[in-house]
Amino acid sequence: MITAMAPDALLQVDDLAVRFHGDAGTVAALNGVSFTVRPGETVALVGESGSGKSVTSLAIMRLTPPPPGCRVTGRVMLRGAAGEALDLLALPAEAMRSLRGSRIAMIFQEPMTSLNPVLTIGDQIAEAIAVHRGGARAAVLDAAAELLDLVGIPEPRARLSAYPHHLSGGMRQRVMIAIALSCDPALLIADEPTTALDVTVQAQILDLLRRLQQRTGMAVIFITHNLGVVAEIADRVMVMYAGRVVEQAPRRALFRSPLMPYTAGLLRSVPRLQVTAARVALEAIPGNVPDPTDLPPGCAFAPRCGHVQVGRCDAAMPALEVAEPDHLVRCLRWRDLASGTPG
Amino acid sequence: MTEATDIAATVARPSRARSRALARFVRHRLALFGLAAIVVLVLLCAAGPYLWPYNDLRINMRQRFAEPLLAGLHVFGTDELGRDMLARLMMAGRVSLTVGFAAMAISTLVGILVGTLAGYFGGMIGTALMRFVDAVLCFPSIFLLLALAAFVQPTLLSITLVIAATAWMEVARVVEAQIRSLRERDFALASEALGASDAHIMFRELLPNAIAPIVVASTLNVARAILLEAYVSYLGYGIQPPVPSWGNMLNNAQEYLVTAPWLALLPGLLITLAVTGFNFVGDGLRDALDPRLDIS
Repeated sequence: MITAMAPDALLQVDDLAVRFHGDAGTVAALNGVSFTVRPGETVALVGESGSGKSVTSLAIMRLTPPPPGCRVTGRVMLRGAAGEALDLLALPAEAMRSLRGSRIAMIFQEPMTSLNPVLTIGDQIAEAIAVHRGGARAAVLDAAAELLDLVGIPEPRARLSAYPHHLSGGMRQRVMIAIALSCDPALLIADEPTTALDVTVQAQILDLLRRLQQRTGMAVIFITHNLGVVAEIADRVMVMYAGRVVEQAPRRALFRSPLMPYTAGLLRSVPRLQVTAARVALEAIPGNVPDPTDLPPGCAFAPRCGHVQVGRCDAAMPALEVAEPDHLVRCLRWRDLASGTPG
Repeated sequence: MTEATDIAATVARPSRARSRALARFVRHRLALFGLAAIVVLVLLCAAGPYLWPYNDLRINMRQRFAEPLLAGLHVFGTDELGRDMLARLMMAGRVSLTVGFAAMAISTLVGILVGTLAGYFGGMIGTALMRFVDAVLCFPSIFLLLALAAFVQPTLLSITLVIAATAWMEVARVVEAQIRSLRERDFALASEALGASDAHIMFRELLPNAIAPIVVASTLNVARAILLEAYVSYLGYGIQPPVPSWGNMLNNAQEYLVTAPWLALLPGLLITLAVTGFNFVGDGLRDALDPRLDIS
């Protein structure tokens, strides 16, 4: 087992696996996921529902259900505030708790339900500050108002005494972001933060996140299934399928030359606004995500892949290969496909 | 900015939601009656003895069995020792209401604690706690109460504790169910992701969301406690004479049921008034605080 941590990494995940044990059998929600996040960069985790994106973030935060229902293996290293390497999965519960919110923060998909309905906005931000920093009530409320101002909420003072149901979805997500930022985290995990919002508000929130990131220098893990959002915000992209990373590349490389047929399929199935002579039906990837209790022995995407070679693709799980520096792909045929050899 | 106007348009809502609940409570005629009865009883028992010229313990053998309304200032008559009935009823009310409220407070606290811990941690701890609750619920509470009362020296404190010991399970079950479902909500996870401690999440984040059913259950618990105190005192295990309680006044009165029926009727009436009052208020609160009714 590797014990070192790359010197320039803020977060280093090695061979992370999460298994859920239930009545219906064991579900391997996550398998051998490895990646690093450097300070200040934005890494997007992309995939369909059930591909393991959210489980990855929960495992990093150590918020998965307790064993025996769920087992997490592998290694998650985080650079501490003093530059030390912290093994998150081996940390005592109390030490982990003090990192949550202060070193790694998280925002969730549903701003409607992620705020406590019976506490005021001010109370909730103040509590987030008080948990890690403490301080006099008045000073904490000042800091809370400043945060609301920072995330672009008008009249922050007056909003402190508002309840969540007084605010629109976009406003609530801004409050969630303010809470997440309250203790200056080095890493922000954003789990589909714009999915529940309508498109114009989505753009505002993305813009806000980008501005805040420039200002604070935090790294962001951005979980989404929306490739438009990825194109907008990510430095690097990891595509996940059935609990594994199937392609990992810088944003430009991924959008220009996707190597994994699944990624290519995802890109083709994004609707485009353009005037074309013929009306072209929007492409879709045929079939469904495989049943996680019964994954095929080979490439998990093989049953849906247009380039599948029977006897080869479905025999054994392909390894994650380095196609170019910084561009990893999990496909036996990426060379054939890249050179245009017909399948 | 559209969101700004959004906020402006909805700023008035909390008071409206609160006043809607209030309006529903006020529409509940019986609840209003119950509340009035409780307020009158509490004021009477708290302030009455200071204003009333008669002492509840002063014996006057020349004025025994004075009938209500016929004996001058003894508007509610006198008992077998010539003690003024109104003075005794007011002092007894102090005892009964004190036992009622104190037992409610203790049982609610215990119930909240047990229910919150069981609902939050679940698993082994939750199962053990809730099976214990079920086990205690299996005993008919009257017999449990009498068995306990037979072993302890009856004082105001011990009676209160004994009654509380038979009344906390209801609250525990209500709270456990609430916390168990609230625990799965996103804001609980969000709070955990912020590094909040278990105690913080339980008592600061989840419990305030469960206040409405707790308030209803505790209101009904006051009525129960008053009734239980009357039972045990009537059976002679409760508050001991000469300190009056509505229950032991009833006990005392049964010998004179035919000759001086007001001795039994008056404390009986007050017990009924207090118990139904709290029950009606509890029903009213249940309707008023039910958020599902906000839709209509």
